[in-house]
Amino acid sequence: MEDNLKKDIFKVAGKSLKSRLIVGTGKYKSLLETAKAVKASGASMVTVAVRRVNILDRKKPLLSDYIDPKKIIFLPNTAGCFTSEEALRTLRLAREMGGWKLVKLEVLGDKKTLYPNMIETIKSTKILVKEGFKVMVYCNDDPLLAKKLEENGASAIMPLASPIGSGLGLQNKVNISLIIKQSRVPVIVDAGIGTASDATVAMELGCDGVLINSAIAQANKPVLMAKAFRDAVISGRNSYLAGRMDKNYFAIASSPTKGLI
Amino acid sequence: MAKIQLNGKKLVINSKYSILDLLKKYNLSNKKIAVEHNGVIVPKVMFKKKYLKNNDRLEIVHFIGGG
Repeated sequence: MEDNLKKDIFKVAGKSLKSRLIVGTGKYKSLLETAKAVKASGASMVTVAVRRVNILDRKKPLLSDYIDPKKIIFLPNTAGCFTSEEALRTLRLAREMGGWKLVKLEVLGDKKTLYPNMIETIKSTKILVKEGFKVMVYCNDDPLLAKKLEENGASAIMPLASPIGSGLGLQNKVNISLIIKQSRVPVIVDAGIGTASDATVAMELGCDGVLINSAIAQANKPVLMAKAFRDAVISGRNSYLAGRMDKNYFAIASSPTKGLI
Repeated sequence: MAKIQLNGKKLVINSKYSILDLLKKYNLSNKKIAVEHNGVIVPKVMFKKKYLKNNDRLEIVHFIGGG
């Protein structure tokens, strides 16, 4: 049993990660709070955005002053990109900046739902893979399109639980399960998780990992919530590995009936 | 003098200014940044050799918190 747990390694694009929880670094009150939450979450990978340097405020602290990219893997993300061109430009700049090829692709299709534009997403995946990137891809929960991404070389499939930042939790367990069963690359539920138990449910379905941002950053106590998610993900994974009991419609007594007085 | 656009803002700089000179002016030469010059990404080794001229568009980006 202990040995089994030790062997349960989470690998994305050939990189072994200590934690199955990946956290976003947006929406926190301060960079100090971001750093504390990341630490409490136990995550070894965080998503980051690429934006213009504020040239008017030269003394402004940087994310990398608070989170050391040598200790925590920075996963550049294309959040906010609505076309393939924007996403490609962002990730090419990210590669130049960090020198690494592991990235998260996200091409949005609609401002109100932030639902992914899967046509542009598939198109971008193909190009990025050709350019040597290892692409983790944010997508909708359609098993056919998830398969398509895998066929086009995606390093991880990242279906949404519900719309980004909505906190509505896992809305389509059946589709997420179908995607898990068919995929040969890691499946990481991304977007929409609202609270720790949502992450446990995702992990119990057999997801390889979860990506959380708003649920931690917008909790009343983000650092405590980060710890809650750390434990929730570990619990969900252990529960999945342990294999749950069968469901029965009627009661089955826990104590022996033999020897009743 | 040369008029350039830096991150969408108009800026007047000395002529004979390289990208590296500009990065130094803004304390960015040792930071984790990437530079796009007229829509083309400039490799770090070229910062010193690439001189800025009138109407150049420059984008300097870095990593910030994001989901």
